[in-house]
Amino acid sequence: MTSRSMNAALALAPSMAPPVAEPKLKVRDLHFHYDGFHALKNIGMDIPESQVTAIIGPSGCGKSTLLRIFNRIYAIYPKLKATGSIELDGENILDPRYSMNRLRSKVGMVFQKPVPFPMTIFENVAYGIRHHERLSRADLEARVEQALRAAALWDEAKDKLKANALGLSGGQQQRLCIARAIALKPEVLLLDEPTSALDPIATGRIEQLIEELKSQFTIVIVTHNMQQAARVSDRTAFMYLGELVEFDETEKIFTKPGKKQTEDYITGRFG
Amino acid sequence: MPEPVIAIAAPEHRATRDARHDRLFAGLLKACAFLVLAALLGAAFATLWGGREAFDTFGWRFLTSAAWDPGSQEYGALVPVYGTLATSAIALLIAVPVSFGIALYLSEVAPRWLRTPVASAIELLAGIPSIIYGMWGLFVFAPFFAEHIKPWLTTYLGNNPDDGNPSWVAGHVPFIGKMFASDYPFGASILTAGIVLAIMIIPFISSVMREVFQTVPTRLKESAYALGSSTWEVSWDIVLPYTRSAVIGGIFLGLGRALGETMAVTFVLGNAMDLSASLLDPGASIASTIANQFSEAVGLQKSALMALAFLLFVVTFVVLLIARLMLRRLASREGR
Repeated sequence: MTSRSMNAALALAPSMAPPVAEPKLKVRDLHFHYDGFHALKNIGMDIPESQVTAIIGPSGCGKSTLLRIFNRIYAIYPKLKATGSIELDGENILDPRYSMNRLRSKVGMVFQKPVPFPMTIFENVAYGIRHHERLSRADLEARVEQALRAAALWDEAKDKLKANALGLSGGQQQRLCIARAIALKPEVLLLDEPTSALDPIATGRIEQLIEELKSQFTIVIVTHNMQQAARVSDRTAFMYLGELVEFDETEKIFTKPGKKQTEDYITGRFG
Repeated sequence: MPEPVIAIAAPEHRATRDARHDRLFAGLLKACAFLVLAALLGAAFATLWGGREAFDTFGWRFLTSAAWDPGSQEYGALVPVYGTLATSAIALLIAVPVSFGIALYLSEVAPRWLRTPVASAIELLAGIPSIIYGMWGLFVFAPFFAEHIKPWLTTYLGNNPDDGNPSWVAGHVPFIGKMFASDYPFGASILTAGIVLAIMIIPFISSVMREVFQTVPTRLKESAYALGSSTWEVSWDIVLPYTRSAVIGGIFLGLGRALGETMAVTFVLGNAMDLSASLLDPGASIASTIANQFSEAVGLQKSALMALAFLLFVVTFVVLLIARLMLRRLASREGR
């Protein structure tokens, strides 16, 4: 362990588990304000590479807000301000000099409700690729197929690539959105309550997919479903009122949480 | 005991009454809807009937002839039909991109405090009577156009009026030379009318566009931003396709207004019954011809004007039909 990460470790709250050796995302002193509201307070966490990190907490605790800082999607709105640092492979993504294009090619995002673009299935996946790379038609087709296979949608979609994406079922649409995000070959994949609009069977497929994808991507998932966090994640962060209360291995959070608030939440006493 | 009887009878009584009301209500609604249809058919038939003498006399020649001569009782619709289509096309060419810009700015880019005042200003602009635009066009814009814009256009885009030699652009792009050549010194022209029309229909098109752009779900735009799209790309690739049919609807609302606009066009079009390839020469539109001549027209001339009115119906109908077909083709390309 380098002295730098030692210092980082010391900076973390005492309830934190020892930081991972090589975190993919290193969050330090992160504060977030909007319209005078202090939405995130002094967040510090290390998100390990090639693992699934779940963020749980009651509505309004700031878990989605935190996720939306990881790709700076909040920056499309005025008057939102994040301070502190988030290092992706050692570079601070909150630095205005960190190009938005580069960040969004490295950090993909899937939203709560499936939102296919109003175009064909093929174009939905090809859309993002075209923004970042100039590919020949054959290469592009190969990339689209690869992404659809990785998102476990190829078998269902291969015969209707030219059909409008809105014709797919909700679960298929969400897998299309995952395909669209991973088609850019990001390093981090952010999932914002990806199954909250889906039925249990579609949810099961997405969870299985998350399991398959974690070898290639660092995944951060926000969920209000504690069972889901327990099922899919390696580490779980519990947030409450804009603060990170506890962040540890998922098993530990759900079996012997270190804080009373965490215990109250996972046992259903509030939330 | 009378009470139970009443208690049972009352709902029964209501039910029959409600059913009767509903039937009456449905009938009333149907009557309103059919009133529109009746008005449309009535107007089309009335103009066709009024124009029968002209159609009988000239036959198909009425459509292809550029003559309009009350002296020799020779009438053809080509000049006004061309003028109507040309001025409306120019108006759309200018108004659509500008409206798109206004609407995108107001819905995607502008700070929140600026949105409402600008949007209300646009709606006020839409409420200005066309005679005001006409006066402004005649007294302010046409002289300005003649003095500053027209010489520039003829010099750099057109054929030189003195020696007929083409400008550099006209030498390289076909048709341009003739479109921008003119030895007529005044400001009233097809292009002037097109520009004034554009200013008149921009409020319509942009307020429709702004309203439909606001219906695009935030999460759809966010997904595109999350893939690295810029604001321009989100607007062009996501917002516009998502709202496509409503946007085209808004454009055709503006086009409908441009095709039938009378006062403003009459003031700035020059009202010359000559067919000219140049956009800088005066012309005539269907509505302006009718407005100029109706009060003195009798006999065949009056019938020819009625026939023109009928043609305006046909032109509008054809334009709407084309819009429908365009929408359908776009939809099929998208795989729907």
